[in-house]
Formats: sequence, C-alpha cells, structure tokens
Amino acid sequence: MSNFEPNIIAFVCNWCSYAGADQAGEQKLDYPANVKLIRVMCTGRVDPQFVMNAFRGGADGVMVLGCHPGDCHYRNGNIKALRRFEIFKNMLGQFGINRERFLLDWVAAGEGQKFQKVTTEMTEKIKGLGPLVIRGYVESEVV
Amino acid sequence: MGKVISIDPITRLEGHGKIDIFLNDDGNVDRAFLQIPELRGFEKFVEGRRTEEMPQITSRICGVCPTAHHMAATKALDSLYKVVPTPAARTIRELFYNLFMFEDHLLHFYFLGGPDFIVGPDAPKKKRNILGVIDEVGIEMGKKVIEIRKRCRALMAELGGKPVHPVLGLPGGVAKQVTEEARKELADFAVDAVEFARITLKAFNDIVLENKSYLDLILSESYYLETSYMGMVDDSLKINFYDGDIRVVDQKGKEIERFKHDDYADIIAEHVEPWTYIKFPYLRKIGWKGIVDGTDSGIYRVAPLARLNASEGMATPIAQEEYERLFETIGSKPVHNTLANHWARLVETLYAAEHLVELSGREELTSPDIRNMDLSTPDEGVGIVEAPRGTLIHHYEADERGIITAANLIVATVANSAAMNIGIERAAKKYIRNGEVNDGLLNMVEMAFRAYDPCLSCATHSLPGKMPLQIRLMKDADTVIGKIIRD
Amino acid sequence: MSDKPKVAFYWCASCGGCEETVVDLEEKILDVVKAIDIVFWPCAMDPKYSDLEAMDDGEIAISFINGAIRTSEQEHISKLLRKKSGVVIAFGSCAVMGGIPALANLKNKKDIFKRSYRDSPTNVNPEGVLPQTETDLDGCRLSLPEFYDTVYKLDDVIEVDYYMPGCPPTPANLETAVQAALKGELPEKGAVLLPDKSLCVSCDRNETKPDDITISRIRRLTEVQADPEECFLAQGIICMGPATRDGCEYPCVKGNMPCTGCFGPVSDADQGARMIASIGGIIDADDEGEVRDAVSAMPDPAGTFYRYSLSSSLLGKKREER
Repeated sequence: MSNFEPNIIAFVCNWCSYAGADQAGEQKLDYPANVKLIRVMCTGRVDPQFVMNAFRGGADGVMVLGCHPGDCHYRNGNIKALRRFEIFKNMLGQFGINRERFLLDWVAAGEGQKFQKVTTEMTEKIKGLGPLVIRGYVESEVV
Repeated sequence: MGKVISIDPITRLEGHGKIDIFLNDDGNVDRAFLQIPELRGFEKFVEGRRTEEMPQITSRICGVCPTAHHMAATKALDSLYKVVPTPAARTIRELFYNLFMFEDHLLHFYFLGGPDFIVGPDAPKKKRNILGVIDEVGIEMGKKVIEIRKRCRALMAELGGKPVHPVLGLPGGVAKQVTEEARKELADFAVDAVEFARITLKAFNDIVLENKSYLDLILSESYYLETSYMGMVDDSLKINFYDGDIRVVDQKGKEIERFKHDDYADIIAEHVEPWTYIKFPYLRKIGWKGIVDGTDSGIYRVAPLARLNASEGMATPIAQEEYERLFETIGSKPVHNTLANHWARLVETLYAAEHLVELSGREELTSPDIRNMDLSTPDEGVGIVEAPRGTLIHHYEADERGIITAANLIVATVANSAAMNIGIERAAKKYIRNGEVNDGLLNMVEMAFRAYDPCLSCATHSLPGKMPLQIRLMKDADTVIGKIIRD
Repeated sequence: MSDKPKVAFYWCASCGGCEETVVDLEEKILDVVKAIDIVFWPCAMDPKYSDLEAMDDGEIAISFINGAIRTSEQEHISKLLRKKSGVVIAFGSCAVMGGIPALANLKNKKDIFKRSYRDSPTNVNPEGVLPQTETDLDGCRLSLPEFYDTVYKLDDVIEVDYYMPGCPPTPANLETAVQAALKGELPEKGAVLLPDKSLCVSCDRNETKPDDITISRIRRLTEVQADPEECFLAQGIICMGPATRDGCEYPCVKGNMPCTGCFGPVSDADQGARMIASIGGIIDADDEGEVRDAVSAMPDPAGTFYRYSLSSSLLGKKREER
C-alpha cells in the first residue's frame, strides 16, 4: 500500500477556497498532486450526487472546501452544504465507506497555508485507508 | 431458501416450485421432494431500519397478502413500544383486516383454487381459470365477483391508502380517521358481502358437495394427512383473525398448547434442510421427527381448515351454522382432509363478512381518537395475526433509538412446508407406478400441492390458477429419465 | 395462429404485488386479454420453460418482467426472455432499481444465511446446516439456484427497453403502457413510461406547503401523529415527494402517510442524493452541533432514501471497510 497514490477530488468554491488554493500557489506552498480541483461557484451548489459520482468514478477521497460560515457570497450556501453533508457522512458509513474519505472544510481566500494543510492531511489519510472500490456492479460480479 | 420462505412463502416462491421425484429400479416412487428455490432475507435486511417502517417494509414480503404482514408488524410495534391502541384504532384495524380476509379468500376461491372444482379437475387446462369459472357460474355471477372485489379494494384504499401495500398501521394506532361517509359505504358493503358469501357457499354446495365424485376426492386418502393444527382464538375459543391466544390441537383434536404471542418461541422451533431454502417449523414440545405425519409427528398445519380444527366455533351466527355443517358432513374433528380447506375458506369468508357488519356499526369507528402516543422506550415485541394462509408471526428487537436490531418471522406457508412435502410424495407414490407417467399424475400432484398452499401460489394469485411446476423423473442421482413441465 | 401481439409476464425476486396490479385492472382485464395473446405467465398460466426455449428469437412482442435479480435462476430466465422478446419492460420498482429486496445490499449473503438458518430464536440447527446448491440425499441429488451476494436490477443482467417503476405500478400505469404499445406509440427506447416530474408537483398538500420550508428538526412518526392536511415536510416528517417520480396519484398521502419513494427518482437523478439535497435545504440549523441534533431523528438515511432503489445507488452495495 505504500506505493498507493490516491485520487482525490476537491470541490472548491470560487470566492474563498479556490482563491485560497491560488494563494498557496503564489506563495509556492506545495500541495499533493493527488488532489484535483473542481471549481464551483458555491459549496451550496455541490449536489451530493457530484460527490457520489466522484466516488463511483474512481475517487478514493472527496473534499468540499468553501467559505467560512458567515462569509458565503450567497448568504448561506456553505451552511446548506454543512447540513447536506452531515447527513451524507452518516449515509456513507451505511455503505461501508469510511466517513474519513469525505471532508467538508472551510478555507478562506487568504488561507493558502490552510489549503496546503487540509489537502496534505487528506492525502495522507486516504493513503492510509487504501483504494476505494465501489461494489455491487454487475460488470465485476455477474458473468 | 429458508430465508425467503421463512419470511414469506408466497414471495419466496417467486412463483416457482420444483418437485423432484426419484424412482426405484421398478419404476415406482422412491422419494419425492418439493423444493423452494428462493430466499430474500428480510429478517436480516430489516436490521438497521426504523421501527415505524416495518409495516410497510414487511408488506413487501407478499403482494398478495400484504395486509397480513402489515398488521402483524403493526401489532409487533404496539408490543415493542408497550402501547395499547385506542378503541377507534383497534376497530379500524380489525375492520380493515376483515375486509382484506374477505377479499383474499374470495380471490383464492374464484381465481385460484376454485377452478379445480367449479370447472372440474378433468376440464381442459385452458378452461381451468377464472374465465372458465365465469362460464360455469354464469356471466352475472362473474360480474358480481369482479364488482364485489372492486368495492372491497376501493374501501381498503379509502382506509389504508392502497390495497397493495397499505399504509395505515402505526404503533398505538392508525394514520387516518374514518369518515361518516366511509362508514356508510362500509356498512352497505358489509351487508352485500354477507349475501355474496352465502351465494358463494351455495355455489360450492351445489357444484362440489352435491357431486359425489368431488366429495370422494375431498375424502380421498391421497389428500389425507394427520397432523396437529394451529390457530388464533378469542376467549370463547372462537376463531379470530386479528387478536387472541394461539391454540394448538393434536391429531385427535385435543388441546396441547395455548399460548400468548410473546411465548411463541417456546412453542415453535424450526428445522433446516440443505436442499431447500424453506425451513420446517414444528412443535418444540414434540420435537423434530422428520418430514412425517401421524401421532408422533411434531409437524403442525395452519390455514383455514387448521383454524377451524383448532377452534370451537365461529363468532358469528351464520358462519357457525356452516362450521357445524362442515364437521358433520365430513364426520370427524379434526378434519385431516386437506382439500376441505376450500370449504373452510368459504366458512371464514362468511364470518369475515358478518364480522364486518358488526364492526362497521361500532360507535367508536369514526372517532378522531385514532392514536395513543404514549409510547415507551422500545425493546422487544411480537405481533401475530391469522393471515389467510395461517398463523403469521413477526418478532422484532430494537435499540432505544427505535432501530431494529433483530427480527424473526414465521410465515404461514412455511408452517405448512413439511405437510406439503408429505402431500407431494404421497400423491406421487400413489399415482406413479411402474415408471408410467401421464397427465393425470400431474393433475393429481397439482391438486395436492394447491390444496396445501394457496400461498405458494402467490403466483397463482393472479389469474387462472396454477403454479409453475416442474417435475423431473430420476433413475438415479445423475440420470434424468423424464422431465415434465406442467401443461 | 393468432395474429395478436404475443405478451409474456415473468417475475423474479418480488412479492407478487405487481401481479396484483394486473388483477386490479378488474373488468378491464377482459379487454386486455382480447387484444393480446399471453403466451407465458408462470403466475397465471402453465409455464413451460421448454416452450419458451422453443420459440423463435423475438417472437414475443413484449415481455413485462418484475422483480429484482437475487438468484442465478432469475438471471437465466431473464436472459432467455430477452432473447425471445422484441421489447422488454422492467415492470415495478424491483426490476427497475432493486426495490425492497435490494435493502439486502446493505448486508451480505453470509450474514443473511447466518440469520435465517442459524441465529434466529426459533432455529434448532446444532450442525449449522445451510441450503446448498447441490445436495445428495439418500442417493438423490437435489439442486437449488445460487443465491447471489448482491441484488441486481434487471438492466444489470439484460438490456431493458422501457421502465415502469412503482411498488406496485398502478393499474392505470399498466393500462397506459399497454395501450401505448398496442397503438405503436411507445417513446424512444430507454424511456421511463411515467411523467418526468416529482410527486410534489401533483400532491394536493403542495398547496399547504410554504414557499420556503424551514424545520428545526426531523420528527419521526413514533413521536408525532401527522396532521391530515399539511405538507409532511413542513411538519418535519420525512416525505420522499421531492425526490420521487410522479405517477401514483399519491395514495399514501391520501392515507395520511408520507411518500416513501417507491416510484424512484426522476430521470438522471440518484434518489438518495436528491433527497439529501432537499432535506439539507430546509433544516434550520447553522452549526455542526445544531445540524447533528436536527438530523438525529434520521438514523437510517440509506434505508430511508433508497428504500426501493438501492440497486441503482451510485454508492453501490455495502463494502467491508475499516
């Protein structure tokens, strides 16, 4: 498992977290190449289906990064995300998927360092958990 | 698999039963097996679900008798939460349940089992279905059958949302109040239902009982099996479908068990065989003696005839007369002739209708007080009803959040699984001689089978009534010498 | 030979409720029987697998298949029917998306067998006997179909032309499909033969639904008796209406019970994801603690949101992970 390089998808909001990633770049702060960014306008726009699709499509971990509570450019999109993904995390466990494979966190535009930190920690965590294979699809089990 | 079967015989069957008949060197029957090729695993996958969802989840065990599972589950929730339903709720439930029993029994008689008798066991197969029944009893009667069923289903939808997979049951009560308008319709329907049940019994009398060859068939030793019988009774030992003690009488009709719902696991045990997915319930006190009948056997049977055998009468007057006539005609009690189930079913249909008249007149029926919300912390509960096909047991355990942690289900047809196997083998041994097989054999095996298992033929529930049945004749373990698929 | 279109009905892992829908056509069944020639219907007519095998490929105009795929036998017969049929309609929620039997995808075969045959309080099975696909008994060899570890939907094992979800679909749904087929008015292949909108659009409690629902916490039916007029979600009671396809005429709501989602999601939606999005949008809680408290009465999201659709969940079947 030591050679395992996970695929991690990060949905980042345009106003805060994407800008935070930008700042990490400007400051030349390295973060793992395992993390692939998808920019969205707001975490409130991240349908749980996007996250499921990512897992289904081969992601070993998924992150949703948005503005800190109170800073949402659309008033409360990030809070809606919080509510949704709290339910979502409970559900992941029922499918036997470790809740740690999903992370919702807040990264502000000025938090390049935090961006580096959460992406690095997430990558290490997923490396420890190993690859995720979604089960129950016919191609792999029924002849 | 036992699983599916233990959960619900009908659904498990998937409409597919398989019989393997093994011949000896002389071409006579050595062994015969009825196998149930499916399991769905309800007992396991309900773990983790919310308790209040059980009446709707378990109704999917069987789409033909969903109300039986729905009600057993609802009662198990009452027990789990230690809550007593309000008088209105109790009456609504019992009324709903009797509507269901009336409809289901009629469906079986006209659509499934009836064709054998009304059209005739020897009639061309293409005629042995509801259309053939209509030809026989006349189009007017046929229309009445469809109409009374339609009215019954509409009333069930009014009370319980929908007839297939109803939604009315909740711990401590029901979801919806009954309106005065609905009461009036129910009362009108009940009167017509009694009349219809009487007409049906008369038809059965004229067509079947007045015909000596049919009566001989009912009394034939091919369909005779000595077992004990189980059924639910009220305080006066009269049949009740919704609530009461469970009573068991032995092969001679003597009471050997009478127990409260919570004690079922002390009375009943289940045996597992590797060659079928269905389990074999038996009386714990007597023990598992194999798939055999007779006085030493632990096998018990359920379903209409078993209920009549295990009770001391019917709680309504006209049904009581029929009850007495049945035992007088056959001349013994208990009646061990499996085919008498068809008659017993009609006696119960009449009782359900008469009971509906009484229930629809009760004052509390339309009360708005339909739910007792005084629920205790859940732990464990058992709910039992008499399903059309016999005693049905739901047993749940839950954590303090109201999440199911364990479930055990003993479904009516499962209780008859051993008896069905004996019946099959008995018929096969009688009718297959010297390796000769013909269509008559299949008919006779089929008759035995159908008599045991209205529920197995959940499939047959629908229109013309036959179970998909496959028979293989084996010379030895590896050599198939003939394969017959019922035609 | 009749020149009426040949039709087959078959059931896999299901309860028989879909067959009841056919009977519930009541007097209309006679019209249907006049217009078509039912050549295979194990539940109602003598089924002959050998006859089915003897038919020409494509000889059957339409096969209605209900039930999920739980065993090898069900897979086999479905494949046979596919070969013999011009059009295959997945009929009912089990065939379309797994249905109630697919709740077993949150468990596995081993545990199901263990519970059913060994652990239940009435089992007496000291030797731990389990059903086997092959058994030799007194010189007789008996076989059973294999029980799969996963419950599949029909289009996991064969190509499906049309879908009609519902637990069960209503007689009106069935009649519409049959009429469309008889008139040659079936839509493009792959279509769901029901409206592509959510149940809330039709539900008569929509009128009592506030424009902007907010609820402080989820309430269970063990805690509360539902108001007979008000929108369930506005009462804090989980109702699957927003994530469920229209077409049933909301009988459960008329029975004063919330929708449990039996018609499945609208096109291209994952039912669980859609429901989480809906619930997340209306809970009135602002920090993690409040949110956790608000959803504490919803301890079984997978079993609730995918009650009938686990075989089609994007998250698949339960896997074993630390």
